[in-house]
Amino acid sequence: MTPTSTPPWRREKRAHFPGVPAWGLATARQAPERFEVSPLAGVTKEWAWGGADGTGARVCVVDTGVDADHPRIGGVERAYEVVSGDGGGLTVAGCAPADPAGHGTACAGVIRSIAPGASLTSLRVLTDGKTGSGSALVTGLRWAIDAGFDLINLSLSTTRSTFRESLQELADRAYFRRCLLIAAAHNMPVLSFPWTFSSVVSVASHDLADPMTYFYNPAPPAEFHARGVKVPVAWPGGREIRSTGNSFAAPHITGICALILSKHPWMTPFQLKTVLYLAADNTMQNGEAHVP
Amino acid sequence: MSPDDFDGTERKLLQSIVEVARHMFGAAAASIFLVDPDTGELVFEAVSGQGEKELVGSRFPAGTGIAGWVAASGQSMVADDVSEVTQFAQDAAESTGYVPRTIMAAPLIRFEECVGVLEVLDRAESRSDLDDIDLLGLFATQAACGLEFLLRVRNSRREPEGDPYTLLRRIGERLPGRARPSDAAAVRLLAIADDLLSF
Repeated sequence: MTPTSTPPWRREKRAHFPGVPAWGLATARQAPERFEVSPLAGVTKEWAWGGADGTGARVCVVDTGVDADHPRIGGVERAYEVVSGDGGGLTVAGCAPADPAGHGTACAGVIRSIAPGASLTSLRVLTDGKTGSGSALVTGLRWAIDAGFDLINLSLSTTRSTFRESLQELADRAYFRRCLLIAAAHNMPVLSFPWTFSSVVSVASHDLADPMTYFYNPAPPAEFHARGVKVPVAWPGGREIRSTGNSFAAPHITGICALILSKHPWMTPFQLKTVLYLAADNTMQNGEAHVP
Repeated sequence: MSPDDFDGTERKLLQSIVEVARHMFGAAAASIFLVDPDTGELVFEAVSGQGEKELVGSRFPAGTGIAGWVAASGQSMVADDVSEVTQFAQDAAESTGYVPRTIMAAPLIRFEECVGVLEVLDRAESRSDLDDIDLLGLFATQAACGLEFLLRVRNSRREPEGDPYTLLRRIGERLPGRARPSDAAAVRLLAIADDLLSF
């Protein structure tokens, strides 16, 4: 199941300037590249993630940090934070796996409860400095995408339009590097980013209690609805609270994506989104998918 | 109160927001924190219901607790069973003198920036968590509009700068590289100022 060679999306970029026909495929000289196709026929929940526990999937939780000692977390692979660098700019550095606000721990705990085998890394972007710094989000997200995570959970967004362009660029970059961003939709009627971009998976809440029940929303921008009401979540101090908000819906989908990738590690973002769609609870009837 | 007493109006507006928020949800208390733009700290500004009014003005470090997260992420959230959680109980007790079971919090967003957090403690008249968070979000949006309007009026009535050269320098820094309709108006005003000064 584990890919043996370097996947195409991790390959070094070609040196020449992109364009046509530079990126074209001259079939007379060159056959289309072979790759490990993940067939989509007969996609069910069982096909998508039956028997999987998330092993092999690397998830980055971009948030307030993660309290790694919490019993619902059970350790993280690494912990990082965005800090001010020597030149005054922002940079990413290793840090202790702690979470002063509790939110990142809550999100990580949801992912862990669904995909216990997945590797979790914490990246703290909601820093001690000025609140809601979009620069920290951009710096952190760029780092996480380049660090090669399979999935990035973003239960946050910025309302500042000055960051729209860089976030859009990063979302596209992530998509082509086979790094899927799962972003919580905003809870309020305001425009914010990056959950509104088509290259991410955006998640709002439904009010059912089953963590594995989720719905496709045919009227985006919020593309999926996952459990987000009275969710039991980890909170610092080894405690648990029940919390409501789209912030807790997104990590449910992140966990489900980790399961899918752990079973089908060669899936690309558009396949993964398609599988999410096909295995959603409102696109299935009697276990049969694709009923219009 | 004179029509120019904007501090008084702001205080009344903040108090009105927390009163309405509390009554909307039949809650034990509602409070507002505003973000200090220089330090990112949350400043406890107004409370309705249970809680210590003397604590109005106290400051909390950025990024801590539910209000801190809501301010930093711009997302609203509901947290139940918080009295079980020592840290919350302490935070809440320190901020309001009251230990709640549930907290609901929404950001106050002015332009594109979160300027504060509206919290509702122990709501009794709840339709459902999803409806509550929607309603609080809608109200917070309206409340933030009120604050924005007030701040705009206050800024427009501010006394002119003591040092005109500082003002000129700042105008110079703000002008280049932008093409908003308001910039053209500003340039026309500058031309008028130039005319006036040439006499």
